[in-house]
Amino acid sequence: MINAGDTAFVLIASAMVLLMTPGLAFFYGGMVRRKNILGVLMQCFIIMCVLGLQWVLFGYSLSFAPGNAFIGSLDWAGLRGVGLEPYAGYAATIPHQAFMIFQAMFAVITPALIIGAFAERMKFSAFLVFTLLWAFLVYDPITHMVWGNGGLLKSMGVQDFAGGIVVHVNAGIAALVAALYLGKRRHFPQAVAPHNLPFTVLGAGLLWFGWFGFNAGSALAANGIAVNAFVVTNTAGAAAGLTWALIDWLYNGKPTMFGTITGAIAGLAAITPAAGFVGVIPAILIGISVSLIGFFMVAIVKFKFSYDDSLDAFGVHGIGGIIGVLATGLFASKALNPAGVDGLFNGNPKFFLIQLGAVLFTVVYSLAGTFVILKIVDKLMGVRVNEKDEAIGLDLTQHKETAYTVLE
Amino acid sequence: MKLVIAIIQPHKLDDVKKELYQEEVNLITVSEVLGHGRQKGVTEVYRGIKETGNLLRKIRLEIAVNDNFLERTIKAITKGARTGETGDGKIFVLDLSECVRIRTGETGPEAIG
Repeated sequence: MINAGDTAFVLIASAMVLLMTPGLAFFYGGMVRRKNILGVLMQCFIIMCVLGLQWVLFGYSLSFAPGNAFIGSLDWAGLRGVGLEPYAGYAATIPHQAFMIFQAMFAVITPALIIGAFAERMKFSAFLVFTLLWAFLVYDPITHMVWGNGGLLKSMGVQDFAGGIVVHVNAGIAALVAALYLGKRRHFPQAVAPHNLPFTVLGAGLLWFGWFGFNAGSALAANGIAVNAFVVTNTAGAAAGLTWALIDWLYNGKPTMFGTITGAIAGLAAITPAAGFVGVIPAILIGISVSLIGFFMVAIVKFKFSYDDSLDAFGVHGIGGIIGVLATGLFASKALNPAGVDGLFNGNPKFFLIQLGAVLFTVVYSLAGTFVILKIVDKLMGVRVNEKDEAIGLDLTQHKETAYTVLE
Repeated sequence: MKLVIAIIQPHKLDDVKKELYQEEVNLITVSEVLGHGRQKGVTEVYRGIKETGNLLRKIRLEIAVNDNFLERTIKAITKGARTGETGDGKIFVLDLSECVRIRTGETGPEAIG
């Protein structure tokens, strides 16, 4: 039975999640040098186009259609049989296509997150091929395994409310592999000053806003679980943003704008898998711990191991995702969500181990898959721009445009 | 005392800076400018220019040096900025009649270094 309220809510949530990708574009775009901002905006925007098509033609079917434990079949390719009636296997009160388009926005933003790792140095052509292959070979299978009926991890009892595994761990690990594979930018580890921090703050604001659609929308109904997800999302983002600002203050002498938004985004990523299963106090603990660990990763580990995860796609989203998935294993409460499970602190240590296993599996799968894809694309066309193009910037060399004029 | 003004390609700024530091020329003023030389803004040299009326983006360096530093300054800029293509830029050398360090009031060659 289609419920009008649920349908309206999921459609609005879908639109909010779509807005996260341009939001991410500004979040990342402000961080790069002025000669590369169009490159970042373009990569984010073209993903909305490319994945928007891939999803309705193949991606949704490979992710959600009945198939084996690893991947869905092509029965729903081109949305064959995916109609305007509900499909009770996923969401009983909204049209099947509403669920499909909500999921489409996740398929769009996940590869967009990876952009942060190879910013300022990847060839646009190679980026396109990489993104498309990654959608087919990594995103769709992982989504099927975690969320698809009959999927391997889902059958084992793994819980991922809004995409901590599917989106954040998955993209975060891919980001780390891409940063290592492409190598450092010319000047690393010399810091590159963000060319427009206000853009980055604007992007963070849009992401925070969109995240309510992302997490609350994942309830797939306008109900109490959606409200819980909304509340803990806001709470975790707030706790993490404040924590990062305070660490900045202690460690660098001043609280920075950049640090505060970085923390908030890490907190929002961390609460994602837990949003439907935990209450406000665990949300605060998750927010605080993700900023502590994220700061350590971004400010210390990255330079110690010398990998140029340029915009901290791994350090913020990957780490946030991993912490969130494990925290779900600790704090999940059946009292809060009867459809969920109890975590370690509610007397169910086995669930924590299941979540840990899911993280390890996803790390290994995404790592191997991403590496193989990069290797193939590199052999086909080369993944990295040459040194001169890197010096001139991606805006001019990849798109023949500049973002800013000197006069007028 | 001389004032060296150089117009170079934007993407060669880092290389020029590196060469200058190697020659121990550390005092430099940089600005972003538009202009064109003999090529009159020919498009293959540097793109993205249609919007700026055939003017190309360039970087302008100003470096005040004592006479014994002049040669190595020119050498460093040339080495760092040269690609061999049209549009690599120019170096101008001017006599500099006075230099004052504002903080201390020192004048002349003392004030430059």
